[in-house]
Amino acid sequence: MSEAGGYGRAMNRIRRKFENLKAEGRKGFIAYICAGDPSLAATKKLVLEFETVGVDIVELGVPFSDPIADGVVNQRAAERALRNHVSLADVISLVEDVRKKSEIPIVLFTYVNPVLKYGLERFCVDMGDAHVDGALVLDYPLEEAVKYKKLMDAHGLATIGLIAPTTPSERLKPIIDFCSGFIYYVSRTGVTGIRDDVERSVAAKVAAIKSLTTKPVAVGFGISNPQQARDVAELADAVVVGSAIVQKIEEFGSSREMVKEVSRFAGELVRAVKNATT
Amino acid sequence: MPEVLMAALAELEEAYLKSKRDAGFQKELRYYLREYAGRPTALYFAKRLTVALSGAKVYLKREDLCHTGAHKINNTVGQVLLAKKMGKERVIAETGAGQHGVATATAAALFGLSCDVYMGTEDMERQALNVFRMRLLGAKVTPVDSGSRTLKDAINEAMRDWATNVRTTAYVLGSVLGPHPYPMIVRDFQRIIGKEARRQILAKEKRLPDLLLACVGGGSNSIGLFYDFLRDENVRMVGVEAGGLGIETGKHAARFATGTRGVLHGTYTHVLQDADGQILPTHSVSAGLDYPSVGPEHSRLRDLGRVSYTSVTDTEALKAFQMLAELEGIIPALEAAHAVAYAIKIVPKMKKDEIVIICMSGRGDKDVQEALKFIGG
Repeated sequence: MSEAGGYGRAMNRIRRKFENLKAEGRKGFIAYICAGDPSLAATKKLVLEFETVGVDIVELGVPFSDPIADGVVNQRAAERALRNHVSLADVISLVEDVRKKSEIPIVLFTYVNPVLKYGLERFCVDMGDAHVDGALVLDYPLEEAVKYKKLMDAHGLATIGLIAPTTPSERLKPIIDFCSGFIYYVSRTGVTGIRDDVERSVAAKVAAIKSLTTKPVAVGFGISNPQQARDVAELADAVVVGSAIVQKIEEFGSSREMVKEVSRFAGELVRAVKNATT
Repeated sequence: MPEVLMAALAELEEAYLKSKRDAGFQKELRYYLREYAGRPTALYFAKRLTVALSGAKVYLKREDLCHTGAHKINNTVGQVLLAKKMGKERVIAETGAGQHGVATATAAALFGLSCDVYMGTEDMERQALNVFRMRLLGAKVTPVDSGSRTLKDAINEAMRDWATNVRTTAYVLGSVLGPHPYPMIVRDFQRIIGKEARRQILAKEKRLPDLLLACVGGGSNSIGLFYDFLRDENVRMVGVEAGGLGIETGKHAARFATGTRGVLHGTYTHVLQDADGQILPTHSVSAGLDYPSVGPEHSRLRDLGRVSYTSVTDTEALKAFQMLAELEGIIPALEAAHAVAYAIKIVPKMKKDEIVIICMSGRGDKDVQEALKFIGG
């Protein structure tokens, strides 16, 4: 049986993306935005525009009232979305709507409580029906996520897991096994001014992950400009930028230029990542 | 829990379990609890309150007499001592009413570690005195202006700090909340309340009490009092939650009244949440009870039927606050006043030869300014 045998239709969108990137010899760019910030209509426009400017994968944040794994920029975005009463059901419907026009791979980025309230099985069924490609549940430790993993697999949905700088080496293999789609290496210690050190540790950790798997590795750690995005792209298969884009959304808010300006910024990041040497 | 903290939680669990078996650590802990924190605390027979309520005999477990004025010091001396043994240079904490923040700042000063405390801006306003106390103790108090600007948001912020500085920093959590091993660690450090109370009541009355009462925010003073009585089948226990403006108004923090199971701060327990799984805002006159979730062990004890939970309103708590001051010369913390308020309801219905122990989790000096607003001069 081929490796693709176990994957469903949705999973293939991410898989195909990374296969194409590899064939073209370039790195992927993943953009994170919070769904419903500043409105669901704006999020839809952004996703479609992101595809036009060359974003490879979109991570759609599901707003949560207590986002402990996010910084303050993303928390404010979630608060704005929650003022619009945006729910997990709304975010899944949004993807269904986007799918009428776009095949861009979309992954939901969420905390576990809204998922448990929605119901694990219903979550997987509805994501499959809406052609969501996968999910990353930020505060769901591997040890707790056994049933979730089974359901996601059964519905052909990618399970993306996080590896942190503090993840001990003996946890790498179980997390890698948990991941389908891609592995997300995230460092929260990457603040401006210590970039060189961060890059060295990122390079070492990505190498450690790569020595254990052929699955794609995406890296995100508070990358705020094209130069940093390019530097990181040289170390990984894809680069994730979140807060910096969310900050732009905040800056332009509901103004008419928002979609254009944010997409322009995303386009700059895309070009920087594509120029990275492989 | 986010992956970034999983290793730190494992490290903490290992260090804690080692310290539990380490006779040297335990001896040092006992020394500081005795010589510094002022343990054992008295189990005081509240004679005038007993006469006024005209039912069971009422005893008060005087955690308000602990150094810093609340039971919180039992836990912080333990956790900060552990942090020092683990080689951490810095401790962080969240605080609601400010008592845990003060107790952490105190223990940090005692053991020479630097200390940062996160506190919601709404709580900073209603507990201004405790903010100043923490600063006097050398701690940095960081205002948290996100979300509901109370305890849960302070925990969010403390967890973010910990995730960023996990290698050098220990997170001293103040209640039986959060991810494992915290509910276990905090319970173990607070068990001393019930251990002493059990010994003291046996010495004074030659028998066990009939009823234990304690307020339940996160649930550390209550679990501390209850735990060593859990096997005593005839000892009933009631945890008192914050009924705020009344359960029917939705402005309360009574998780067992309207909460459902969910995950907040790494714990699967009863949570006040909406249909989408968003955490709901809470209300209580008492900052220390103003939290949307409750320690997971309380959820279990409730499901087992071993402990029952009820709530009293802000108004009832404020009345109890005044009544205890007038009858016994003890101004209780508004948190502890919730337990007293329930005693006022239940004790008159009990028999004269029955015995009740109420946990006076803290003293009310911190609350007089807030109480003045409601009661008036």
